[in-house]
Amino acid sequence: MSDDRFDAIIVGGGIAGTVTAYLLAKEGLEVMLVERGNYAGSKNVTGGRIYSHSLEKIMPGFAQEAPVERKITREKISLMTEESNVTVEFSSTRLGEQGSDSYSVLRGVFDQWLASKAEDAGVQMVTGIRVDDLIVREGKVCGVIAGEDELEANVTILADGVNSLLAQKLGYRGELAPHQVAVGVKEIIELSAEVIDNRFNCREGEGTSWLFAGIPSAGKVGGGFLYTNKTSISLGVVSTLSELIKANKTLPQMLEDFKSHPSIEPLLKGGKMMEYSGHLVPEGGFHMVPKIIGDGVLVVGDAAGFCINLGYAVRGMDFAVGSAECAAKAVLKANKAQDFSAGFLQCYQSFLDESFVMKDLKHYRNFPHFLEETPRIFNGYPGMAADIMTDLFVVTGNPPQPMMKMMMKHVKNMGMLNIAKDGWKGVRSL
Amino acid sequence: MTIVNTVNVDQKLGIDKFHVDEGNAHIVLKKDKIDMQEYQKLMIACPAGLYKIDENGNPQFDYAGCLECGTCRVLCGKTILEKWEFPQGTMGIEFRFG
Ligand SMILES: Cc1cc2nc3c(=O)[nH]c(=O)nc-3n(C[C@H](O)[C@H](O)[C@H](O)COP(=O)(O)OP(=O)(O)OC[C@H]3O[C@@H](n4cnc5c(N)ncnc54)[C@H](O)[C@@H]3O)c2cc1C
Ligand code: SF4
Repeated sequence: MSDDRFDAIIVGGGIAGTVTAYLLAKEGLEVMLVERGNYAGSKNVTGGRIYSHSLEKIMPGFAQEAPVERKITREKISLMTEESNVTVEFSSTRLGEQGSDSYSVLRGVFDQWLASKAEDAGVQMVTGIRVDDLIVREGKVCGVIAGEDELEANVTILADGVNSLLAQKLGYRGELAPHQVAVGVKEIIELSAEVIDNRFNCREGEGTSWLFAGIPSAGKVGGGFLYTNKTSISLGVVSTLSELIKANKTLPQMLEDFKSHPSIEPLLKGGKMMEYSGHLVPEGGFHMVPKIIGDGVLVVGDAAGFCINLGYAVRGMDFAVGSAECAAKAVLKANKAQDFSAGFLQCYQSFLDESFVMKDLKHYRNFPHFLEETPRIFNGYPGMAADIMTDLFVVTGNPPQPMMKMMMKHVKNMGMLNIAKDGWKGVRSL
Repeated sequence: MTIVNTVNVDQKLGIDKFHVDEGNAHIVLKKDKIDMQEYQKLMIACPAGLYKIDENGNPQFDYAGCLECGTCRVLCGKTILEKWEFPQGTMGIEFRFG
């Protein structure tokens, strides 16, 4: 055994990678983390908000210290058409209780903080280095190759994100399929904290999460999102690739139209665009999880497809943390036994199965399919909701119709059976 | 089908921070005749709007503003792309907010 071999090498300085590295170094393992960007987070994009439960377990009270943006205490979901927007709003102190709290975050900032925690725990961080391939001997992964350099480790952890070219190179999965991933495009729009507090009716330090179905993704599977940060708004559109390619406008155009929607534009007034970004989201859920365990190797986070998009909530970051914890537990066990074979590392799968990661992925396994099979959610119901509201609120001087009759007219247009079927299927897939 | 696009994405990309690896493209289109039906998918889906058409209707692509999302590889990696890699370490997009 060579002396310069690490106990573990982690590829990728996102949430999954930094948390795995932190947990292993904390227990005294020699760990190296390799990130291709100039700093952890420099390549990473989220919506987004992190549900704190999983990181809270690892770093209790992290939100007091970490550079989180705002605590989310207001949830909104909207059905949006070109001219209208029907919104349901939920605000509750329950949303902010420790353990079930969630925070808007900016990854360029947040991941650097996580990386600094990992470094404090003893992780050797190497940034600005792209891992090109893995050292594989007789089917066993023995480390990483970057340019001319080779670095060896007992175990290598792939935390290289949704594209995971390394998992593809290992043959653990093929190319992603267009129905398994969505592309997100997002702008950061700067506004003062005070303006945000006022426009979104937020207390200081508290904020809003707002998701939209309908016109933002041009009536295709996907939607719009808005999160309030301390002194900026994250605004974006997400669209599933297999559907997006059928659209009659470009993705950047969808974002532009969303921004200029009458119910969005006033919220952004006077704001300055600070950054424009794009990133893939794994949305296939349970069915897209590839091979994640091999001799001397584990796959975590987005690279393993651990993410779900429920329309009213997106969850990838808490899964990144949860899978990191399971991987770290497995590696610590393997390190004790000095057995890094695929057989021994199967305990990673058991830890995942016992954790919320697999339980939740399994629970929602039919949901992505339901969305794909139910285009009415994106191109039917937003219009129906808008029509009903229009009849309710728009006073023209024409004789009013009885409410029941008015509602039934719109329901009939959509088809009573369709609505019943979609509702039944939707609820069952949740 | 005409695809609506009136946005100037280049202007938006101008605000982002890039370290462009000059002369070392990380994404390359195939040299032979491009299947325009495939190309159109990328005109719609690339968040950076990098897949363009010049005055003569020919494909025009510049990797410099790439956000490294992977969309074009997923959609057309096997059809009209010759190469798709992440830029070398330190190169490419650098998100300050993300
Ligand atoms: C638009 C959008 C909205 C979202 N909204 C939410 C939300 O609101 N809430 C939520 O919980 N989740 C959300 N998600 C999902 C969430 O962002 C991801 O699940 C999460 O970022 C995954 O973290 P990760 O560490 O697995 O991967 P990443 O954050 O992608 O990290 C991968 C890292 O690996 C590095 N890397 C890749 N290849 C190499 C290589 N060869 N060599 C060296 N380094 C490499 C990359 O540079 C990167 O730093 C959203 C995603 C998107 C795109
Ligand atoms: S990786 Fe994404 S941003 Fe870059 S060219 Fe392809 S689609 Fe456009």
